[in-house]
Amino acid sequence: MAGKKKRSGRAAAPLLLVGTRKGLFLLGGDAGRKAWRVSPPHFLGHIVNHAILDPRDRRTLVVAARAGHLGPTVFRSTDRGRTWKEASRPPAFPKAREGEAGLVVAHVFWLTPGHAAEPGVWYAGTSPQGLFRSADGGDTWQGIDGFNANPMRTAWVGGLQEAPPDGATLHSINVDPRDPQHLYIGMSAGGVFESTDGGARWQPLNKGIAADFLPDPDAQYGHDVHCLRISPVDPDVLYHQNHCGIYRLKRPGDRWARIGERMPKPVGDIGFPMVLHPRDPRTAWVFPMDGSTVWPRTSVGGKPAVYGTRNGGASWQKLAQGMPAKDAWWTVKRQAMCADARDPVGLYFGTTSGEVWASADEGRRWRCIARHLPHIYSVEAVEA
Amino acid sequence: MNNVLIPAPLRSYTGNRSQVAAVGATLAEILGDLDHRYPGIRFRMIDEQDAIRQHIKIFVNREQVRRLDAPVATTDEVIIITAISGG
Repeated sequence: MAGKKKRSGRAAAPLLLVGTRKGLFLLGGDAGRKAWRVSPPHFLGHIVNHAILDPRDRRTLVVAARAGHLGPTVFRSTDRGRTWKEASRPPAFPKAREGEAGLVVAHVFWLTPGHAAEPGVWYAGTSPQGLFRSADGGDTWQGIDGFNANPMRTAWVGGLQEAPPDGATLHSINVDPRDPQHLYIGMSAGGVFESTDGGARWQPLNKGIAADFLPDPDAQYGHDVHCLRISPVDPDVLYHQNHCGIYRLKRPGDRWARIGERMPKPVGDIGFPMVLHPRDPRTAWVFPMDGSTVWPRTSVGGKPAVYGTRNGGASWQKLAQGMPAKDAWWTVKRQAMCADARDPVGLYFGTTSGEVWASADEGRRWRCIARHLPHIYSVEAVEA
Repeated sequence: MNNVLIPAPLRSYTGNRSQVAAVGATLAEILGDLDHRYPGIRFRMIDEQDAIRQHIKIFVNREQVRRLDAPVATTDEVIIITAISGG
């Protein structure tokens, strides 16, 4: 049965790629998304920031990893994780001239497959903020000089003092499905930037975004984007979860609307992930966290909940059935929440306390499908 | 030919061997030869600015070296150690 489905191109079963502070775990689900099984760890002891299955061949896995003692690297598998090879040239900044300080990649933080028309192309974002491209399935990586060597880069991203506590990152690399040359990126810190020529030139895209840590209320850049997503079904629609709220942008406009203003005031609109519906550009989900006082970044009041909108952010619904009603102080990081492509859409998130929660009905009901994992950094849903 | 001691976190590159041979007159050459024999091992301990990474310590005959241009004699033993790091 399953074999027939695979041959006809239909999905057989969902698979979650769970990157953690101590390795990569694969959660395999049954076709009904009811029973889930956790694999043994891959790269046990490695910090796995992100793991992606190439949607173009559904075979190549690319993993961003480093270990406590060892430098950052990328691992690749062309047989869905049975065997692994390390990138022969991982992302690295150029060697600085004698007497000058050069940048050093501390983490490969984010991975994005390239456009469907460019098989083998991948993008990586690093900490500190760097943008890299591979044209050979993640084996060798080259810096995109239009960003990394841009004379404005330091002004855009700020100095080390402006970096978040866990390090500054370039993330949320989005490729316009209509045009491989059209790229968006998000940075903590730096803000949203856009390129229409494959990364040679970049423009800030931060109008309307609050930055209460900057003196200029209309700053062009320096904002703290937590997660930026382009709608796969209407690529003129972008959503993003920011350090200072939830935003939506309709292109060709360039001014973001703070749709988080419509969230319940006691909950607020602070969080890390931003998840979009695969077929409906008006539907999105977030996981609000406490951004008050000293920024606890835990579920608000110890009462975890996903919030969803069906109308582009005009209104939000609380989606928490099945989650603990109290005493659950969860943190969900920016790569750690995602949607699958099924109908109804499945939603998934992982906590820093090592639990994975899933909903098979677009957020109405939730249940825990894995616990006792290490601190979770990323959750990606694919079809196996 | 120099004897190089490999710490456990890097032995996935050396076929789980804790001691391997490498050739060079400086630490840079030793590490270059090591990377030629075991591709990828150098970047895990030396960053792109040729600095020894934070949690890596390298000793030549039990003397810690911090620069890659440190001379290494043919009989010297090179010891690579992963230092203490947190959870």
